[in-house]
Amino acid sequence: MNIVVLVKQVPDSGTERSLRADDKTVERDSANLVINEMDEYAIEEALKVKEAVGGTVTILTMGPDKATESIRKALSMGPDGAVHVNDPALHGSDSLATSKVLASALQGLEWDLVIAGAESTDGRAAAMASMLSERLGVAGLTGARKLTVDGTKLTIERQLEDGYQVVEAQTPAIVSVWDTINEPRYPSFKGIMAAKKKPVDTKSLADLGVDASEVGLGAATSKVVDAAPRPPRAAGEKVTDEGDAGQKLVAYLAAEKIV
Amino acid sequence: MAEVLVLVEHVDGAVKKISLELLTAARALGEPSAVVVGTPGTAAGYADTLKEYGAAKIYAAESDDVLSYLVAPKASILASLAGSASPAAILIAATAEGKEIAGRLAVKLESGLLYDVVDLSSDGVATQAIFAGQWIVKSQVTSGTPILVLKGGAVDAAAAPAAGELVAVDVSLDEAATKAKILDRVVESSGSRPELTDANIVVSGGRGVGSADNFKVVEDLADSLGAAVGASRAAVDSGFYPHQFQVGQTGKTVSPQLYVALGISGAIQHRAGMQTSKTIVAVNKDAEAPIFELADYGVVGDLFAVAPQAAEEVRKRKG
Ligand SMILES: Cc1cc2nc3c(=O)[nH]c(=O)nc-3n(C[C@H](O)[C@H](O)[C@H](O)COP(=O)(O)OP(=O)(O)OC[C@H]3O[C@@H](n4cnc5c(N)ncnc54)[C@H](O)[C@@H]3O)c2cc1C
Ligand SMILES: Nc1ncnc2c1ncn2[C@@H]1O[C@H](COP(=O)(O)O)[C@@H](O)[C@H]1O
Repeated sequence: MNIVVLVKQVPDSGTERSLRADDKTVERDSANLVINEMDEYAIEEALKVKEAVGGTVTILTMGPDKATESIRKALSMGPDGAVHVNDPALHGSDSLATSKVLASALQGLEWDLVIAGAESTDGRAAAMASMLSERLGVAGLTGARKLTVDGTKLTIERQLEDGYQVVEAQTPAIVSVWDTINEPRYPSFKGIMAAKKKPVDTKSLADLGVDASEVGLGAATSKVVDAAPRPPRAAGEKVTDEGDAGQKLVAYLAAEKIV
Repeated sequence: MAEVLVLVEHVDGAVKKISLELLTAARALGEPSAVVVGTPGTAAGYADTLKEYGAAKIYAAESDDVLSYLVAPKASILASLAGSASPAAILIAATAEGKEIAGRLAVKLESGLLYDVVDLSSDGVATQAIFAGQWIVKSQVTSGTPILVLKGGAVDAAAAPAAGELVAVDVSLDEAATKAKILDRVVESSGSRPELTDANIVVSGGRGVGSADNFKVVEDLADSLGAAVGASRAAVDSGFYPHQFQVGQTGKTVSPQLYVALGISGAIQHRAGMQTSKTIVAVNKDAEAPIFELADYGVVGDLFAVAPQAAEEVRKRKG
């Protein structure tokens, strides 16, 4: 089975993030950039499928020069190679434009299965897998917490708020995964060394046959009219327990009419 | 007045609360039309509720198998209604499924899409909470029919009775919409406690709780308050509590009257799921823990002393 894993580079979600003052796009220059966490689970799942049934695993990333670091890191986990779509005209692309570009890139590759993260920590659109299955006319098995491959039949447990659904489709298909699906491996030293030599195929928009006017800030389908950090919550009272803090706490709740 | 399509989320014969919030928010932009996708007879059963919350029309997109396929049928139905009704906007709940429907719909209509919307104004400007709620952004769709994906709990549902005329819509699913077949749905019960995302009070435990067994302390305080129980990701990853109770960026977003954090440090990803709670109380033995930055009432102390005492005090006061 030939598998493509979609990997996005994002600012670390555990740090303070911001929007650029000029064009209101995500500030990436000064941010600590990492692989979108959910995508590590996507890579792991692809490697597990390959280990079980054979085939190849290819990373696909759309992103600027810096995304190379994330691609090498992804490759150090074990995939065979990567495609990096990199073009200055892509700056400011919204999810619709990104899906157009990724769909074009996928059309140029041989695959049976695409695995994406269920959502990115910077965009949180949680829509890419659906957008791509819509564009490519293939099955979308989204939000998986478990994937079973049986020949050309794919079955997932789709994670719900209060349980799960069992959903089935035939390849070719796009699966998106949550962090409940597996435990991503750590790259080994050997893996890190091997990653340096793995092929990374860089593609421009022209290579994909996508017109620059269809992507980037100029083609965005929405605009930001105002943006500001949320005003911090004012911290309240802080007491140190001297043996009666449980009672004091409830007295506070009673005074606030909560209990 | 232009129509505003509102996709109704329903489960087990009941309209979800978030759909009533969406009907309320839709009134800022035009006349709400509820869209119910289900098996035959579903929409009629919800008509009274949907009318009460302002649905001028109720589109019934019903067939025996429309719910047998994942996501794609709902996007197809909304796309064809968008063609016939020329709505001012389409509102969808910011659930995992809602976001996926919105994604497909945006591709079909080539329309702009705004997600995690927390407020809507009559000029079409949507307020979004981004970066785990660290930033507040106001945006506007500039292309196509605005697809607005609203977060639950951001708008209070308010009744405003309307006609609620039932309109049957044709459901014909093409091959592309039937590729992912739903075979089964399994509910993992949250027990006798209130549903996490609906609860007025949530008591959550973190890594500081130390073990699955110790979570009894969290549950006991929750039970004294009639609260739901939540957990941080560290607690879930350590196997202390099931994933369905995780609060935060990769878990659930809650916005209760009271949120009690026991042994939780307050990482940005955890805050993402609870920072809009009305009152926040934290118990942590580290006086420097970031959770205190947002707590209305913070106790620096051992949760194993403070929580049981608080539970006892609550029970005493309740008599
Ligand atoms: C992409 C991504 C997504 C994430 N999503 C989420 C998410 O959805 N939800 C989430 O919660 N986290 C999430 N995280 C993880 C987050 O970064 C933190 O690691 C996590 O929230 C920490 O959980 P904690 O506060 O329970 O543990 P810790 O940070 O270890 O804090 C434990 C606290 O307990 C206190 N403590 C210990 N013993 C006691 C005692 N006896 N009495 C009182 N206090 C005590 C300690 O002082 C400490 O402050 C995510 C991380 C990433 C990278
Ligand atoms: N620029 C990108 N390059 C590669 N994959 C992406 C990109 N943007 C999104 N994805 C994939 O789509 C998933 C969901 O992202 P999103 O819809 O933006 O929340 C991510 O986890 C990635 O797998």
